Amino acid sequence: MIRMHELRKDFTVRVKAGRLRRTRRTVTAVDRVSLTVESGEMVGYIGPNGAGKSTTLKMLTGVLSPSGGEVSVCGLTPVPERTRLALRIGVVFGQRSQLWWDLPLAESFRLLRHVYRVPAAEHAARLRRCRDLLDLDAFLDTPVRQLSLGQRMRGELTAALLHGPRVLFLDEPTIGLDVVSKQAVRSFLAELGGTGDVTLVLTTHDLADIERLCDRLVVIDHGRVVHDGTIDQLHVRYGSRRSLVVDLDAPLPPGFELPGASLTSSEADGHRVTFALDGVPAGTAVAALVNAAPVRDLSVVEPGIEDVVARLYAATDAP
Amino acid sequence: MGELRAYAALLGGQVRSVASYRASFVIELFSNIGATALDVVTVFVLFRVVTDLGGFKLPEGVLMTAISAGGFVLADFAVGNVDRLKTYVRTGTLDAVLVRPLGVLPQLLLLDLPVRKALRLVVGVATIGIAIGLNDIDWTPGRVLLVVVAPVAAAVFFGAIFVISASLAFWWVDSGELGSAFTYGGRDFTAYPITVFDGWFRTIFAYALGFGFVAYQPALALLGRTDPLGLPAWAGYSSPLVALLAAVLAALVWRTGVRHYRSTGS
Repeated sequence: MIRMHELRKDFTVRVKAGRLRRTRRTVTAVDRVSLTVESGEMVGYIGPNGAGKSTTLKMLTGVLSPSGGEVSVCGLTPVPERTRLALRIGVVFGQRSQLWWDLPLAESFRLLRHVYRVPAAEHAARLRRCRDLLDLDAFLDTPVRQLSLGQRMRGELTAALLHGPRVLFLDEPTIGLDVVSKQAVRSFLAELGGTGDVTLVLTTHDLADIERLCDRLVVIDHGRVVHDGTIDQLHVRYGSRRSLVVDLDAPLPPGFELPGASLTSSEADGHRVTFALDGVPAGTAVAALVNAAPVRDLSVVEPGIEDVVARLYAATDAP
Repeated sequence: MGELRAYAALLGGQVRSVASYRASFVIELFSNIGATALDVVTVFVLFRVVTDLGGFKLPEGVLMTAISAGGFVLADFAVGNVDRLKTYVRTGTLDAVLVRPLGVLPQLLLLDLPVRKALRLVVGVATIGIAIGLNDIDWTPGRVLLVVVAPVAAAVFFGAIFVISASLAFWWVDSGELGSAFTYGGRDFTAYPITVFDGWFRTIFAYALGFGFVAYQPALALLGRTDPLGLPAWAGYSSPLVALLAAVLAALVWRTGVRHYRSTGS
């Protein structure tokens, strides 16, 4: 559905050098990225600011033309075939609206039907589905400028889907949304992706989006793909472990060792300790611990993807 | 066919958007007439004082002003807002336009069509009507055609200038008001007989840039006067050709600009 081969994008920036002189410098925003996304996949694209996520998305949608390499979406080359491609893809730019600012939301949808030349019956069916899933009815007649950000984003999602796109590109769809709206957007996208009709590619800074939605995670940094796989594979690869947080009535005896686990921290004068589990089941470790020490309370903590990604960014930052 | 419907929908959306601010829409609609009327009055005042400008009498001068003003208001209405391109490029809103299955330029023009300037068109047409009435024109089929075509050609010409100067934003986001020198400057140049200018300035603006063919030459042809500067009579009928050339050039510059935007990004 999406094919990128050695895709590259260079930008020329002019940098001040002296009072009047300016020198040109070439910055590679996307550096020989090769990726293939199959039909029906849900791919999360993450990376720090300036990593090249949006640039890649812009090349996939025909907004920018690549400096090198090949790209094809739905079998079309985005730049010369921009308008034909536009009929087959949906795009939600978190910070750029597709809606008519001064018109009621319903009016924007009606106009988009003509822009994308969608048969009335199909349009009505898709709109009905979005209205149900995204609870649009309460604000369909409100001018877009008066909508809250969460309402507007639900409108943007609908707008991007009314022409039945094969691929939906979302650039930071949950940015700035409150918890409830984020949930609404996520469960809608999960439902949409679950049907398998639409290929989803989304960029985000909110890793919860990825955990909830994407079976595949692509991490990009300095224009290069540094990870491509599932979230679990990321954990395995970067050695993130589950940990056991234990509250004790008395500190552990000095030299205490728990088989298959290593002590990572000790707080409150030894009354709270954390073990990282090196592959043993949590039950085994807990049983061994309860036998050996006065345990008052304990909890098993799943590894946070945030930590893994932060470590990943830090690692690739080093030259 | 489907595309035309799409553009019609964009137009309808813009009209309703503007109309949603009803009071300010009405006020602007009428205050806009004033601006255009004032331009024409300026010329009347000027001729009152001098009676003879560059070898032309008041009614003859008014005819040139009328063709120029009529063409300009039409161009300003249809294409003038393309100068907002620099805002689109700077804020990246152009991306939202590029992901739609329609041409970039028509979308920008329709999304921003200044509906509140619509009444200016009426003033423009009325001015041409008055100017014709003031002159004693010997009507031939050619001249009837010319009186309709000349303002449209002028509009196409000015529209091309608008597009070219707006395209600068693709290369220099901070192109500022550089383009206005040619759009508004060009309009002011064409409002007078070019005989009032001289030297290299006239050569460049009137012939090299083509402003002499916007209103001056067609007016000569309508009036049946020979050009004091020596161009043959048929030059008066060449304004559509000059406008077409300008439009082709503008389309070329625009396309190159869009391509350049796509290779640099925002």
